[in-house]
Amino acid sequence: MSTTTKPVNQKAWFLILPVLICVAFSAIVPLMTVVNYSVQDIISPERRVFVGTEWFAAVMRDEELHQALLRQLTFSGAVLLVEIPLGIALALSMPASGWKSSAVLVTVALSLLIPWNVVGTIWQIYGRSDIGLLGAALNAAGIDYSYTGNATHAWITVLVMDVWHWTPLVALLCFAGLRSIPDAYYQAARIDGASKFAVFRYIQLPKMRGVLMIAVLLRFMDSFMIYTEPFVLTGGGPGNATTFLSQYLTQKAVGQFDLGPAAAFSLIYFLIILLLCFVLYNWMQRVGTQAAQEPVA
Amino acid sequence: MARITLDLAHSYKPQPVADSDYALLPLKMEFADGGAYALLGPSGCGKTTMLNIMSGLLVPSHGSVLFDGRDVTRASPQERNIAQVFQFPVIYDTMTVAQNLAFPLKNRKVPEAQIRERVGAIAEMLELSGQLDQRAAGLAADAKQKISLGRGLVRPDVAAVLFDEPLTVIDPHLKWQLRRKLKQIHHELKLTLIYVTHDQIEALTFADQVVVMTRGRAVQVGAADALFERPQHVFVGHFIGSPGMNFLPVEHAEGHLQLAEHRLPAPGARTLPAGPLLVGVRPEYLARAEPGAAGALACQVLRVQDLGTSLMLTAEVAGQVLRARFDPDARLPAPGETVWLQVLGEHTCFYQNEELL
Repeated sequence: MSTTTKPVNQKAWFLILPVLICVAFSAIVPLMTVVNYSVQDIISPERRVFVGTEWFAAVMRDEELHQALLRQLTFSGAVLLVEIPLGIALALSMPASGWKSSAVLVTVALSLLIPWNVVGTIWQIYGRSDIGLLGAALNAAGIDYSYTGNATHAWITVLVMDVWHWTPLVALLCFAGLRSIPDAYYQAARIDGASKFAVFRYIQLPKMRGVLMIAVLLRFMDSFMIYTEPFVLTGGGPGNATTFLSQYLTQKAVGQFDLGPAAAFSLIYFLIILLLCFVLYNWMQRVGTQAAQEPVA
Repeated sequence: MARITLDLAHSYKPQPVADSDYALLPLKMEFADGGAYALLGPSGCGKTTMLNIMSGLLVPSHGSVLFDGRDVTRASPQERNIAQVFQFPVIYDTMTVAQNLAFPLKNRKVPEAQIRERVGAIAEMLELSGQLDQRAAGLAADAKQKISLGRGLVRPDVAAVLFDEPLTVIDPHLKWQLRRKLKQIHHELKLTLIYVTHDQIEALTFADQVVVMTRGRAVQVGAADALFERPQHVFVGHFIGSPGMNFLPVEHAEGHLQLAEHRLPAPGARTLPAGPLLVGVRPEYLARAEPGAAGALACQVLRVQDLGTSLMLTAEVAGQVLRARFDPDARLPAPGETVWLQVLGEHTCFYQNEELL
């Protein structure tokens, strides 16, 4: 037996050292700085007091934070509810091949190429009730639209802006998923006499599961971290109507310079995203398995 | 169940001019009700095109398709009531095996009790009964293909079942089983089965009638022994048999067949046209002859291979290579020696312009 035992070479650990260093400097060290702040009260650069979990406790009791979190969850939920079905519908109606397909792909992808703050600016002007095409048109149609004055209008404008900006991503992912379905599936469905809906329900949707999972996770994470566009468009207002989590955090950290609570909240924020992604991922992994138990429509 | 009559041509190009523009050259063919047919030919010969035209996935650019004399050229697969099984297993991932099998019936609004009965019977036949409640996505390739077959067979009133190289992805030992299964199903259900393949053994064992195709043309329709004994076209001679038929180009004039400096007496029983001909003889019928015998040629042995169940002798005459199959215990001359081989005999075929005379 001893002849077949591999020699143990501890030097191999050095091979992963570069990766370890990269990860340490890009992720672990910055994260640990935040952890460091979150457990101390920094009074001045020379004076600091260890406060343990006090900041965490304080942040958890913060009413404004609760509201921001609720607002954020509602927003991300709405984003997924609108963008995923809309993206699927777009992908299904896009031409599959030829120059039309290329033209549509480029057109659809255009909004993805625009920087976040430019998107905010575009919609800020677009929605203005005096000179903006959308705002002026709505007002001319008799709707008293104003994203700066009406909380609901502001909230819906931010949502529509996000839909406009990011639905193409979902559509492109779904389009890629649809194109990877072999023709034989569609032919078999025709032979089996399947309706258009059955083709969607039993072929296209299951085959898009992988890309849809990526789309849902990406859109969830991005919308949960949304900052620039509402900041440019509404600045979080009117009132607190569009103050989402990251904006609230920035107000705390940069505006009021409450580094301790801001750091504690950053960590909680990070854990929320991690947890929700974990839950979403596992749910979507399992959703196909459960479908088998449902009766065939 | 239906008799299928084809009188058509198909081109994927909008304005076909040359023969090579056609995926299917003009052809007339009839598939009898309840027959087992195979479309055999190399890749790109048009057999899948022909199958898709029959199933209605493709509308032929010229001509018509008749089912029992009714024109269905433009009818959808559903209207034709046809079933088709594809090269790669197509299953509905989110459904169980039973739901997969029931799908074509569900779509046609067949009553629940009848669906259950049909699915049970087909699952029994394909030995899937134990897996009915399993999710189809988790099964092995052969089980998935059995489900595809099952979906093709589950409709009792289907006009014909078309198979497009259905056993490509199946392991060899399971291939035999599935093929036997198909034959058995054909006997039990008396369905019209049309089977596309490039594997001659598959075609010859499965079908009563084999359609041999090449370059968009159906060159011969016949049973296995006809394809072997009297290939109607040089291509059939090449394609059927392993190795294929030996062909010798000869010049026919004044009662002689001239092959370079060799001269063979033209067979007296038949009248052959003068000019260039091809003499075809199967390796199985190329026997040794006495030196100088009539209709025999002196060939130089190139090599002798032991194939286990037979010996394969490769010899050369006038620059042409001949292969002959012998019993494994035959004593054959060594490479470099001369061997006399009987080229003309009752199994010899003659070809002019690639067609059998």
